[in-house]
Amino acid sequence: MNSETMSTATAPNLEITPTLATEVVVRCRGVTKTYGKGTSAVRALRGIDLDVGKGELLMLVGPSGCGKTTLISVIAAVLDRDGGECIALGEDYATMSNAARTQFRARNVGFVFQAFNLIPTLSIAENVAVPLLINGVRRGEAVKAARELLGQVGLGDRTNDLPSRLSGGQQQRVAIARALVHKPKLLVCDEPTSALDHATGQRVMELLRNIAEGHDLSLVVVTHDARIFEFADRIAEMDDGRIVRMSTGEGHRLAAAHASGPLSTGSSATVINGDDPATPPQQGNRA
Amino acid sequence: MNALALAMLFRDKAKFFGIIMGVTLASLVITQQGAIFLGLMSRTFATITDMGDPDIWVMDPKVQFIDDIKPLQDTALYRVRGVGGVAFAAPLYKGLIRARLDNGQFQNCVVIGLDDSTLTGGPPSMAAGNLADLRQSDAVIVDSVGAIEKLGRINPDGSGRLPLAVGDTMELNDRRGVVVGISNNTRSFQSQPTIYTTYSRAKSFAPAERKLLSFVLVKAAKGADIADLCGRISAATGLAAYTRDEFKANTVSYFVNNTGIPINFGIAVGLGFVIGTVITGFMFYSFTLDNLRYFGTLKAMGTPDATLLRMILLQSLSVGAIGYGIGVGAASLFGRAVSQNTPLAFLMPWQLLVISASAVLIICILSATLSIRRVIRLEPAIVFK
Repeated sequence: MNSETMSTATAPNLEITPTLATEVVVRCRGVTKTYGKGTSAVRALRGIDLDVGKGELLMLVGPSGCGKTTLISVIAAVLDRDGGECIALGEDYATMSNAARTQFRARNVGFVFQAFNLIPTLSIAENVAVPLLINGVRRGEAVKAARELLGQVGLGDRTNDLPSRLSGGQQQRVAIARALVHKPKLLVCDEPTSALDHATGQRVMELLRNIAEGHDLSLVVVTHDARIFEFADRIAEMDDGRIVRMSTGEGHRLAAAHASGPLSTGSSATVINGDDPATPPQQGNRA
Repeated sequence: MNALALAMLFRDKAKFFGIIMGVTLASLVITQQGAIFLGLMSRTFATITDMGDPDIWVMDPKVQFIDDIKPLQDTALYRVRGVGGVAFAAPLYKGLIRARLDNGQFQNCVVIGLDDSTLTGGPPSMAAGNLADLRQSDAVIVDSVGAIEKLGRINPDGSGRLPLAVGDTMELNDRRGVVVGISNNTRSFQSQPTIYTTYSRAKSFAPAERKLLSFVLVKAAKGADIADLCGRISAATGLAAYTRDEFKANTVSYFVNNTGIPINFGIAVGLGFVIGTVITGFMFYSFTLDNLRYFGTLKAMGTPDATLLRMILLQSLSVGAIGYGIGVGAASLFGRAVSQNTPLAFLMPWQLLVISASAVLIICILSATLSIRRVIRLEPAIVFK
């Protein structure tokens, strides 16, 4: 296990904000990824340096097409990078076979998707049990564990319902339970609140943050939703395949505490700039 | 994961029933048409089947099938009897005869003349009367289907026919015949009534010809090698000698090679296979496409390709087994219904079930292959798009 104490997330000519954690779970150095070839080639990642600490909630933000989804895919080991180095939980993806990466994901990574991706023909307990089944747990035990976890996210009385009978917020809570049931060390979330209204999105993020704190779980969240920036330990702003700015979520928390209403997406740049990247925040400064 | 795969399939009711319908259709058509074909083919050698006693049939070497009569001289019988290993040999006459009905119309019938002394080659069972009654004057035995349908007497009130019964008389090629028994026969391919009488009487019914012996029926001596005996009879007499099964195979082979029946049924069976494959393949592939996002999710969450392959194969084979069961069950019910109430031929041996099961297996594997290729090639990163 890599245990750098103050690793950095860097981009050319940028001030950097170090991870707040004492242990690095994901370390990316010079990660590049290009789609297509020749004149139609698109350089999605242009040398990403990024660390994700243990128990940290890192948000990746930026305009569409800036490389957020590609980066989260590389971090989650579902997509091969072209160049650079990506090490997660001490495992270098470059040296892992496809089968090893598949097994790595099964054991260590939890996924929360924008559209939830719950299998519509399975009950929510069966959906939550899927990662355990993938890891070879017997069906009865897996469903039992799933029911317990659903109870913890407030859906203990709905375990036999199909996903279609739940609201969006409830479905996302099921998705979160599914992402956590096998006790992963890294959770990747793709736009977890974009399909939810503001209040529900806030509750989902509170749930994610509480779970991350309770389980020393590292979270990487891709989002456009500036209203949830306050939940981040750090925010990496991306543009054109690079991380162009790193900040903490502190400014957003302060803004949220004083604002009369939710922050608009358009105000995100201002809020990010409100942080002082030159001044590293103290560890454990979550709201 | 197997239970998960089945739950995904079974609970998607529209797709599930669609796929089942495709497999059922294929299984039903292949089994039912195959059974009718086999039923028809088995009728071509009904005469051989019904004469259970002889081990060997001896005939002119040019004979191709049971109805292809090339008469022998009566001396052939004695030459066969002279071959070592022959327990007994009996003459058999098989020909066509015209029966005059009481409305003045004629009906062609198959007449079988049995050895006068032993009555070898008689019907498999009797519905009325006794085989030995053939020794009475002008005696004939009529098969039950013929007695009811084609040779039945016209009801005086005009409402259908009255079956021939023991004691009735008939006119056969201007000769008198007295019905002394009604036999239970296997329906023949030509569906003509079968009339049994003695060999000598059959010759008197038949038009005058120099040679009238159709076949020599041989019973092998106890312990004799039948195939070897066939060879020795052929060598000694210059005639063709076949075991019962060989003669059946020759008969079927003739009909297969010289009629359009196999092609017609082959087309029906082929169409059933193709339509079943298309429907099943399309529906199963559509089911996979509908679930592609979820297969991608499973893949992203760490499900190995081998597990996904197993899940899809399990889904495909499950619907295959269910559809096959329903299809074969429906074909069996159909066969049961038609064999009791209609003259339609229907024979469903276990080999046919194996063939239709193999066809369904191929359909399932073809359908699953399309889906497996799609899922295996699926990039797990698709879940973030």
